[in-house]
Amino acid sequence: MAVIEVSDLHIAYGSKEAVAGLSFEAETGQILVVLGPNGAGKSSTIESLEGFRKPSSGTVRVLGLDPQKQQRELGKKIGVMLQGGGVNPRMTPSQALALFAGYYQNPIDPKELERFLELDHIKGTSFRRLSGGEKQRLLLALAVVGRPEVVMLDEPTSGVDPAGRVVIRNLITKLRDEGAAVILTTHELGEAEKLGDRVLIIAKGRSIAYGDLSTIKSQHSETQITFRSSFPIDQVDFETHLKVRLERPFGNDLYVIRGDIYSELVAQVTRYLADKNVNFTDLSTASTTLEDIYLSLTKQQEVAK
Amino acid sequence: MKAYLAQAKSEIRLSLTQGESLLVTILIPVIFLLGFTVVKVLPLPNGVHSRPVFLVPGTMALAVMATGMVSQGIATAVDRTYGVLKRLGVTPLGKSGFLYAKITAILVVEIVQLLILFLLGLFLGWHPNGNYFAFIVGAILATVAFSGIGLLLAGTLRSEAMIGVSNAVYLILLFLGGMIFPVSSLPTPLADLAKILPAQATSEIFYHALGVGGIIPTSAWIVLIIWAVAAPALAAKFFKWDS
Repeated sequence: MAVIEVSDLHIAYGSKEAVAGLSFEAETGQILVVLGPNGAGKSSTIESLEGFRKPSSGTVRVLGLDPQKQQRELGKKIGVMLQGGGVNPRMTPSQALALFAGYYQNPIDPKELERFLELDHIKGTSFRRLSGGEKQRLLLALAVVGRPEVVMLDEPTSGVDPAGRVVIRNLITKLRDEGAAVILTTHELGEAEKLGDRVLIIAKGRSIAYGDLSTIKSQHSETQITFRSSFPIDQVDFETHLKVRLERPFGNDLYVIRGDIYSELVAQVTRYLADKNVNFTDLSTASTTLEDIYLSLTKQQEVAK
Repeated sequence: MKAYLAQAKSEIRLSLTQGESLLVTILIPVIFLLGFTVVKVLPLPNGVHSRPVFLVPGTMALAVMATGMVSQGIATAVDRTYGVLKRLGVTPLGKSGFLYAKITAILVVEIVQLLILFLLGLFLGWHPNGNYFAFIVGAILATVAFSGIGLLLAGTLRSEAMIGVSNAVYLILLFLGGMIFPVSSLPTPLADLAKILPAQATSEIFYHALGVGGIIPTSAWIVLIIWAVAAPALAAKFFKWDS
């Protein structure tokens, strides 16, 4: 069931249009990851879902409510993590969690969250003295303490160390598994790949890719064989024999074959090089990652501009 | 109601445990009352011979001003700068719940302040005149007026600037407010200016209600009512929840 519905969303700051016609949905029990370069319109989009940013045009509905007009009603049902703030700097994690738990009718036990997010050892330290990662973990705890149906997280792992990221990822997937809809922005593409069920890539306020992660990967993905050879290879002969295109993308000793890679082709390449007495190294096959797709799409968008 | 109670409890705890806040809301009024009663350096109004008669209502006015304008003003500016106000917009508490909780905290702190000054006054030999109704009405109007000024500053300035500006306004109003020495001691232009300020109107109402007695000048009520209407209205118009 779609709990976030955005249709033809436009957000302008003066004459500058930050978001230019976005449409997407997020469903219960799903994680939607919003990706895009700095200034792409990610935070403006999330803020319009939270009711902080008024759309210039288009419609935004979260759990059937208009965030602009029904922000307080929405506040009972959603959990929000803003970028880097929202807690009085004198408050300790323990006090902040108790306060936020006090806002909701059926909150999660703050102690349970402290344990899960490994906040126990700093529960008496004031917010201003916490490290970046500790602050992020606390802000995430505050976002979820009210058992929200929809969770909106703006760069939840920004400034967090690898161990902290695992803890945060575990909680986000737990929320998804328990039926919440999670929408998050991030610049960490590996993380997006680990977490995302659905991905929205934005550039210059427009959607350049949107859909299930597996579909996007199958649409844009390709496999490749790479190897290195200090001995120059006759590319025409190679291509004639193996019926594939051999690239030398950087003009050095690195050779790349892209396209439909199958194990017999790998064997044929190995055989060909051995027959020609080519002393090759680092032969490997690889699939395109979300990072490759993201970089390729955003670069295409940049070139199109 | 649950959200409001949680927030009010938190606001009261933060107000009563912050050193800087306690300095301005409780310690300074107490030091002024105690100090200027014992050290007889400042003038008294004509015909008044007992220092607590003038200083108890005056320091009570100072305390109300400090809580609404300086202490809560700075706390609100800090909350705004750190994104607390914005974050509260998407909780069941909402912005109105936050404001009700702030008002509750201000009233609780004022009750504590006024009780301390009242008891200290009695200890120093003060005999309250006893027009408590006028005192309570005046205290409520003054709370609204000074909180309005505090919120106007807090809603438009960053917390760093707010600390400097609110303390400067506090000192000016203390100087012109007839709280620790009578306005009649000031040069005429300053004394005339003082008459249109909320500090002087508050101290005058408190002075007549709890100090010397007599009829409270209508002009003091009018000035305080105007500030109590205008300051929150301006705050509502210009307050920015997000820094």
